[in-house]
Amino acid sequence: MNAIASLRDTLTRNMRQSGILVAFVAIVALFAALHPAFLSPTNLTNIVLQYSYILILAIGMVMIIVAGQIDLSVGSVVALTGAVSAVVVVRNGMPWWAGVLAALLVGLMVGIWQGFWVAYVGIPGFIVTLAGMLLFRGLTFLVLDNASLSPFGGTYYDIANGFLNGLLGGYGYDVFTLVIFGIAVVGFAVSQWRTRQGKIAYQQSVESMPLFVLKLVLVAAVVMWFGYQLASSRGLPVVLIILSVLIIAYTLVTQKSVFGRHVYAVGGNRHAAELSGVAVKKINFWIFVNMGVLASVAGIVYSSRMNGAQPGAGNMFELDAIAACFIGGASTTGGVGRVGGAMIGGLIMAVMSNGMQLMGVPQSMQQVVKGLVLLLAVAFDIWNKKRAAAAR
Amino acid sequence: MSTILEMRSITKEFPGVKALSDVTLTVEQGEIHAICGENGAGKSTLMKVLSGVYPHGTYDGEIVFDGSTAEFGSISDSEREGIVIIHQELALVPYLSVAENIFLGNETRGRFGLVDWNAANHQASALLERVGLHENPTTPIGQLGVGKQQLIEIAKALSKEVRLLILDEPTAALNDTDSEHLLELLRALRAEGITCIIISHKLNEIEEIADRTTIIRDGQTIETIDMSETGSTQDRIIRGMVGRDIENRYPHRTPDIGDEVLRVEDWSVDHPTQAGRQVITDAAFSVRAGEVVGIAGLMGAGRTELAMSVFGRSWGRNIRGSVYKDGQKIQVRTVAEAIRHNIAYATEDRKQYGLNLIDDIRHNISAAGLSKLAPGGWVNSNEELKVAEEYRDSLNIKTPNVVAEVGKLSGGNQQKVVLSKWLYTDPDVLILDEPTRGIDVGAKYEIYTIINKMVAAGKAVVVISSELPELLGICDRVYTLAFGRITGELPVAEATQERLMELMTLERDQPLPTKELTS
Repeated sequence: MNAIASLRDTLTRNMRQSGILVAFVAIVALFAALHPAFLSPTNLTNIVLQYSYILILAIGMVMIIVAGQIDLSVGSVVALTGAVSAVVVVRNGMPWWAGVLAALLVGLMVGIWQGFWVAYVGIPGFIVTLAGMLLFRGLTFLVLDNASLSPFGGTYYDIANGFLNGLLGGYGYDVFTLVIFGIAVVGFAVSQWRTRQGKIAYQQSVESMPLFVLKLVLVAAVVMWFGYQLASSRGLPVVLIILSVLIIAYTLVTQKSVFGRHVYAVGGNRHAAELSGVAVKKINFWIFVNMGVLASVAGIVYSSRMNGAQPGAGNMFELDAIAACFIGGASTTGGVGRVGGAMIGGLIMAVMSNGMQLMGVPQSMQQVVKGLVLLLAVAFDIWNKKRAAAAR
Repeated sequence: MSTILEMRSITKEFPGVKALSDVTLTVEQGEIHAICGENGAGKSTLMKVLSGVYPHGTYDGEIVFDGSTAEFGSISDSEREGIVIIHQELALVPYLSVAENIFLGNETRGRFGLVDWNAANHQASALLERVGLHENPTTPIGQLGVGKQQLIEIAKALSKEVRLLILDEPTAALNDTDSEHLLELLRALRAEGITCIIISHKLNEIEEIADRTTIIRDGQTIETIDMSETGSTQDRIIRGMVGRDIENRYPHRTPDIGDEVLRVEDWSVDHPTQAGRQVITDAAFSVRAGEVVGIAGLMGAGRTELAMSVFGRSWGRNIRGSVYKDGQKIQVRTVAEAIRHNIAYATEDRKQYGLNLIDDIRHNISAAGLSKLAPGGWVNSNEELKVAEEYRDSLNIKTPNVVAEVGKLSGGNQQKVVLSKWLYTDPDVLILDEPTRGIDVGAKYEIYTIINKMVAAGKAVVVISSELPELLGICDRVYTLAFGRITGELPVAEATQERLMELMTLERDQPLPTKELTS
């Protein structure tokens, strides 16, 4: 009984998160059933490569949304930073890292610019970034002289298209990839174990031992299976490493750091946060700076993946990133949302696009379906909240 | 007299809780009927059942209104019968005019289905006349004070042909003058034959105005008292509400007063948006360790403005004056600086300024002292939970667990969370702005006990309140504030409600009484 009661308790408490996780699993299962190639190693690798930049944007976006703001400019910033990088590397023939640095610098400046107007002038983020969307798109055209610049080639190209492969040899699958995934699983288990021990030391209730082990085994099985699929394809994508590091770092920052907690406080009740000593303006400033930098990372990854910069790059990316956050349970009024949720939200969009492409669903239908998913996800969220309120 | 409303054996259950159990309420035609009970006793639930917020079928029991069984499916059903409820949080739109608010959702359509605003404004004027308000019906609501807004809610109810008016804590946010005006209006409505149910924590008001009082405790009717009987005193109501005698409404404390901790001098503040309007003029006050100092003032006197401007300049512009802490002059330019100097300010408006309602108790308690839990910028969440549990125990916050959402707690328990937040910053000076507003007698007593514990621990406490008996009950010394000026300072032994009120109503151009007179 204990394990089941404890499981039910965990599930109800995390209904919003687990609800979306269940939806994700269901969608994956659906496409796996509909198309045999969906879960193939090559396709799984493709999903990671194709949607990594949206996920990177969603990490920054979820912090902005939790703080009660919005950023509409990230698509244009992706284009601008990619363009600057292309000018440095392709047009001027400088090394790949110079392009990366230039892009990051531009992202930082964009963030400072927008953060300044939002935080210190007090213009709503919606307006500032709507202006930014036009402004940075225009600058992209200027920088690129209205023409595409390509190819990057070399190391820069490998950022989004490269794989770590064969470092430890292999027998039809890459041992190195498996080792990395193994380390990740062990690391996850250790950190879970330490959290659990910490809770026990503070005499908090923890889930029963069998359930805890079951959870670890399940996670390990899924992760190792995914690792094996990658290993039997082309190995470990470089971009997956970048993405994983960002997800882990930002999960820690949002959930464990004082800064992260202040972001939630500002989004939940700005006045109360102010009167509790939170420097609201600083928080607003830094989340936009952070978003600018993350948008430039996405810009680097995208330009690398496209092996060049186009004036129209990154169009509508902001909407995909925002949709990922809301599907992942973020609240439109701020104060609620998680990096993990936004990642699952982004993956739902990624898996759906990819699955529908595989099945040859026309582009027009894909848009219709994605729109409906966003609507239904938020409707589910509202229904869920109402139910919780009625249970009071 | 005939019976207008009978609620028979009302039982309302939520998953896991029985909010109302077999509650019976009988209201006579044309009476003012008070409902008393602690927060969480079930008063609001009962009124929600009556007004159709909880539709027929979601509760057990029977409602008989005006001789026939009522089965309301929504608020509009009950309003059609003339039952109008005015909630504690006023439901007015600040940017709309008085007339637009009065007829909101109830607009009379003229030709082509368009609203005839001339007629509407005219009708609004007549309604305003009835509630004794001389305002232009085209004035935006936001420009009026909360007392006038309350009257406009009543005008709105009158426009709906109200027969049974329900007021939930109508005077909680009002000062004494506005409250008196409101009660006067209720008497006038009674004379017109409008029946009134009033929920209030202010027992002196109930004693003054109610014909009968029904007491609810833990979801059950305790008794209905005829207020004209002898012995129907506040004490009897309190006994019924808490189920025990409260010997003294203010816990006893023997003052042990030490050195001066905080002193504010020559403090002047301008209004943040209205240029040239000075809100605080040359105010000065001080508080010593182990001392409770009261600041008495009518609404609009500048009490909150004074406190917030001192607390890290969180209100006002062009702030001038000096702050001394333990005899040293200090700079308090931001809230963070104030917290570093161990000054705490608990706001009068918990929901807007005090709490992150959508977050849990644990995170709200740690919000102001988070750095103590986060050496190096990373929060120790286990320690945080422990701290929250400690305050839950020591301040007796009633909740199943500390990860529960703060918005779901009762007012008294929310206030305890606010106090926990500030106690955790380990302050030397606590400024408490209306610490007992909108909370019930039992919880008030607990708050006073907490205040006593703080001063016993050598902290200095400043209490801002519009309830004079409260200030006289818990303070050692009381300042009076009127039109932004400190108009007097009295040791509590020399202070009476009359004397304080006299000082609180000194006009801007009247000379201050000399020091000999006041101390």
